Amino acid sequence: MAKFILGRILQAIPTLLVIATLTFFMTRMAPGGPFDGEKPIPEEIKERIEAHYGLNEPLHEQFLLYLSNLLQGDLGPSFKYIGWEVSELIAQAFPVSAQLGLCSLAIALTLGLPAGIVAALRKNSPWDYVPMSIAMIGICLPTFVLGPALILLFSSKLGWFSPMGWYSISDIVLPSLTLGLFYAAYIARLTRAGMLETLNQDYIRTARAKGAPPSQVVTKHALRGGLLPVVTFLGPAFAGLISGSFIIESIFFIPGLGRFFVTAAFNRDYTMVLGTVLFYATLIILLNLLVDVIQAALDPKARTQ
Amino acid sequence: MSLINIQNLKTYFHTRAGTTRAVDDISFSLEKGEIVGVVGESGSGKSVTCHSILGLLPQPPAKIEGGSVTFNGSELIGLDPPLLRAIRGKQISMIFQDPMSCLNPYLRILDQVAEPILVHEDVTQEDAERRAIKMLEKVGIRDAASRANSYPHEFSGGMRQRAMIAMALVTNPDVLFADEPTTALDVTVQARILKILRDMRGELDVSVLFITHDLGVVAEVADRVVVMYQGKIVEQGNLVEIFKNPSHPYVKGLLACRPTFETKYRILPTVEDFLESETTPDGVVTIRERPDSAERLASLEKVTAASPPPTNVEDLAILLKTDNLQVHFHSGGGFFGKPREVVKAVDGVSLRIQRGQTLGLVGESGCGKTTIGRAILRLVHPTGGRVMYDDTELTSLGGKDLLSYRKRMQIIFQDPYASLNPRMTIEQALIEPMTVHGLGANRSERRDRVVALLEEVGLSPTHLLRYPHEFSGGQRQRLCVARALAVEPEFIVCDECVSAMDVSVQAQVLNLLRDLQDRRGLTYLFISHDLSVVKFMSDEVSVMKEGRIVEHDRAEALYHNPQEAYTQELLEAVPQGDLEALQKRFRDNA
Repeated sequence: MAKFILGRILQAIPTLLVIATLTFFMTRMAPGGPFDGEKPIPEEIKERIEAHYGLNEPLHEQFLLYLSNLLQGDLGPSFKYIGWEVSELIAQAFPVSAQLGLCSLAIALTLGLPAGIVAALRKNSPWDYVPMSIAMIGICLPTFVLGPALILLFSSKLGWFSPMGWYSISDIVLPSLTLGLFYAAYIARLTRAGMLETLNQDYIRTARAKGAPPSQVVTKHALRGGLLPVVTFLGPAFAGLISGSFIIESIFFIPGLGRFFVTAAFNRDYTMVLGTVLFYATLIILLNLLVDVIQAALDPKARTQ
Repeated sequence: MSLINIQNLKTYFHTRAGTTRAVDDISFSLEKGEIVGVVGESGSGKSVTCHSILGLLPQPPAKIEGGSVTFNGSELIGLDPPLLRAIRGKQISMIFQDPMSCLNPYLRILDQVAEPILVHEDVTQEDAERRAIKMLEKVGIRDAASRANSYPHEFSGGMRQRAMIAMALVTNPDVLFADEPTTALDVTVQARILKILRDMRGELDVSVLFITHDLGVVAEVADRVVVMYQGKIVEQGNLVEIFKNPSHPYVKGLLACRPTFETKYRILPTVEDFLESETTPDGVVTIRERPDSAERLASLEKVTAASPPPTNVEDLAILLKTDNLQVHFHSGGGFFGKPREVVKAVDGVSLRIQRGQTLGLVGESGCGKTTIGRAILRLVHPTGGRVMYDDTELTSLGGKDLLSYRKRMQIIFQDPYASLNPRMTIEQALIEPMTVHGLGANRSERRDRVVALLEEVGLSPTHLLRYPHEFSGGQRQRLCVARALAVEPEFIVCDECVSAMDVSVQAQVLNLLRDLQDRRGLTYLFISHDLSVVKFMSDEVSVMKEGRIVEHDRAEALYHNPQEAYTQELLEAVPQGDLEALQKRFRDNA
């Protein structure tokens, strides 16, 4: 197992290198630069700024410099947030997004898993139809509709939460609910499908033939196989959740990573784009690895492969 | 008092398509210490009977409409689920057909075998595990204490079925329902499993209800037999009596249509030669004996008598020859994995098949017989040796040259469900190979040929626009035969092409293949694990083991005078189920 994990981490290095290269040259190919504003600055000042950041060097030398800095863990300074290092900005924004993401995931799992399991066990009954219809609506409803709707109901009408901002602990409720409900709907449907397939397996009949009570048949025999597809989905979903959602963070004015991610691209903040992309890629790789480890723990066949 | 007494049991399936009387008013009993064989083809209701008794049916669509089943005098039908659960797995246990899908892939063998004890008895985990290991040893798993920690996929088919048996017997039940426990296994493994079941009957004092479609297997184990057909019991009683004097036309047909080593027929009788049945829209089935069954059998005997005298085999041209054929696969490997291992699936095989003859290739699963068939057709690439077809070396051909040979060689696979594209109509499926090889001038001419083909394999031209799922298993295999014939080949590889079928359907397909061979002068490579079927079909037979041919001879000579120990072992493991074998068994037991 340790060998497997080490192997995967080593494999991640070339992957990250390719991502860094592609992102570096693609952002540079995009028209415009970090210091082109609506009001043009005098040419000589612009040249001096660019020289300060090393932007006047030949492109390949800039790239090599970036890579060598990267290897030392230095993501460089932000071009837009003067005086800030990219790593400092990520260090500040990521905990916010991570809190929001973890909270949403908790909501998604506590709602989605039981709903899916019950729907599968009581197939074609109201216990199935009602939660699955709600889940379908949840999947169809975009977060930019659900978010404002929740604000309208819980802050404008009821006044329970403030409509936006990130100041008190209760500010996390509405955004994580918006994000979590969507994932809950998705997880509920995945769980139901996985459980239904597992419950139809011959070994479930074997377990019943042993005289095992229904609760034991479900917990001991059906749950593992039924939840495997959910685990596979959770890896990338988790990475997406904790690295922040641009839409949610914009609606609720949350200083998370998701907003940095998108605004950096608009601003041609080269180092910031590269930094966030690499951070996100590392997260995805690590979480997919985590998923594989969990899968190996659940499924003995995956262990041998 | 009977241990289990079934009276007028009725189980119906209610679906949108109508009502199916899966079990229709059956009565029989199981006495203490008995092994009763329940025989019937798929869909005859034999498994549903067991599931009804144990409350394992999916309800709905299934519903027990009436009748009574008593166990030790107490009623089981309509019993409260918790009370039934207390009996299930404790006093009445069950083993199933496919031990791979019936074992939980995520749990250790030990946990699964110990589970019934923990469910039904108040014992510690350690005690349960100790008893489970003891039972695994009893059913013949060597080194059980350490092997019990394995997962099902690490066990072979035979070991999985042993684990299933251990799981069922570990609570020391009074009754065991064994549902086709040996169907998915090789003959030698089957023989060992049957022996274990017989031994356990004596050792653990368990009565067995043995469900199978194979009369030969029943003859090996059962004391009494119950024959089911379309939900009804058509005959029951003493095994020797039924084999000697079957009274019901279905049983007569079943006994006649099974090829044995002694079969003299050239065309096998089928169940349809003995009976006619009729189903009314509400699911009532009536079965009648055919008035003309005697004449039909007589005409089959005439065909046999009139069969062409054996031609001088030396004169026939050799159509296909393999020369030291090798197919090696690489397994494992990868960047950080174990070093690569070479699996020698086919390890230096030399065969020759004469034009118009059938070469049978027998061996147990994993011996490489399927790979040979595919390597000859270049569906897998041989890693060494040569394939000579009509004096041309196929191994070096490519592109257009190979295509022209593909037209001359075809293959019929084991599973007709998987080998027909579910999204193509029959017409499309049969026209496609013609288009590939440029047969037929235009579409209407090709369609005419398809119609002729369908008639040739015994299907109706009205089937043209249907999809594969609308056909039965036997019909589907006929479609696969028709598809192979569509390009007018001269050589066909039949790869286990009747293995998944009931004996009555098997007889029909075998007859079709033989008939086509007579009419079209086809050459077959007939691959099967079933020695009786291979004997019936083949002129010559090769026996394969671990990628090599261990023995080759004319069929008659090989079966009557096997030279190699492995061939003898295979032949002895085949349950023969003829009267003499039966009577000998009962004499020996007495």
